[in-house]
Amino acid sequence: MPTTMRINGKAFQSSSAPNARLLDVLRNECDLKGTKEGCGEGECGACAVLVNGKLVNSCLVPLGQMEQAEITTVEGLPEDSALARAFVQCGATQCGICTPGMMLAATALLMEHANPTLEEIRWGLSGNLCRCTGYGRIYAAIAQAAGGSADV
Amino acid sequence: MSEWTRPRHLPEALEILAAAPGPYRVISGGTDLMVESHLAPERRPESWLDISGLQELQGLQITEEGIRIGAATSLEAIRRHAEVVAHWPMLAASAAVTGAPPIQNRATLGGNVCNASPAADNAPALLAYGARLEIAHHRGSRWLPYGDFHQGYRKTALQAGELLSAFWIPYPPKHSRGYFRKVGTRAAQAIAKVSIAALIEEDSDGMIQSARFGMASVAATPCTLPSVSQYLLGRALRDIADAQVRQRVGQDIAPIQDIRSTTEYRLEIASRLVLEAIHRRSESKKED
Repeated sequence: MPTTMRINGKAFQSSSAPNARLLDVLRNECDLKGTKEGCGEGECGACAVLVNGKLVNSCLVPLGQMEQAEITTVEGLPEDSALARAFVQCGATQCGICTPGMMLAATALLMEHANPTLEEIRWGLSGNLCRCTGYGRIYAAIAQAAGGSADV
Repeated sequence: MSEWTRPRHLPEALEILAAAPGPYRVISGGTDLMVESHLAPERRPESWLDISGLQELQGLQITEEGIRIGAATSLEAIRRHAEVVAHWPMLAASAAVTGAPPIQNRATLGGNVCNASPAADNAPALLAYGARLEIAHHRGSRWLPYGDFHQGYRKTALQAGELLSAFWIPYPPKHSRGYFRKVGTRAAQAIAKVSIAALIEEDSDGMIQSARFGMASVAATPCTLPSVSQYLLGRALRDIADAQVRQRVGQDIAPIQDIRSTTEYRLEIASRLVLEAIHRRSESKKED
């Protein structure tokens, strides 16, 4: 039985097996290559997406649980936003592999805490690994996007 | 293509399990099973029973004696629940150090214990609080102290056709204090090298009335410390000999060497944590 969901606001139907990973459906069926596969076991957050507004690792989500779900990938985030501008201005991106997951984690965080403290930012991003930036610039970008100081 | 069944109600799920108990793999949050399924496709089950849609297994309810937590309740819901934070802070703390937010949004308390890892993050708090399990079968439910659930490495007391449906956790004794600590290599995501939860009750004269410990990553299963508990019973803090405690910790646990740590390190840290739990009057503490 096909699974019907909304991905970035558009209806999508997948005929993959119910135990297929949401990650593979997004990348291979929907051609949404912004969602990356890092570790494939929920440690790195490169595949993070929002499902019904909650941050999840799409490598761990079976398609069979996605009937009627609302899914947001990095492609579904606005192209120009305070968050995107802050990532550019703060140099929060280097190789880019972690960036989509970081953007989704930051989005989930800012939905809950409009003005997060540094501790809240660190907690919100604790499931996302970056091997280039050392995190400081990513935290700064999120603080700046929230309207706070980039000096973290 | 494998079969995927997602019933809406518990009786329906139990009928399915009773009719074909063997081949079904029960899944909810999937944070452990999806990894295994992807890395070892040859062991992928033919049939999945997805219990994430069962309302009966969701949510937390305060009762007169304590709290009932549905087995498929997410760790995120548990760590945020005001009553859990107030009365069972060690469980709120262990839920908050299980993986990271995207894991906690999906992973369930029932899944954490049914996966039956010796390192299960929430096992120590459940053991220290004396949790009971409600185990459902289509012929009726049974109760089991959580301390009797883990029967060997990755082996649980669940019989064919049974499903863990809820946890019942009593209020801690009035004059008790808790201590929780997880030791791992990084703050988020780490699998524990050693973790501990302790609930120690003292009377007004400072005599220990009860002491319950739960530990993970120190034996083939999450475990209690029966001989340490027995030694502490009826003693005042000033009469406790640390060497005696250490010796009993050595009797109660059987740590191994693996990729995360050595036997010696685990034994030493376990002893120090038990002593800290006994002598320190702080509340539960997150990992360093």
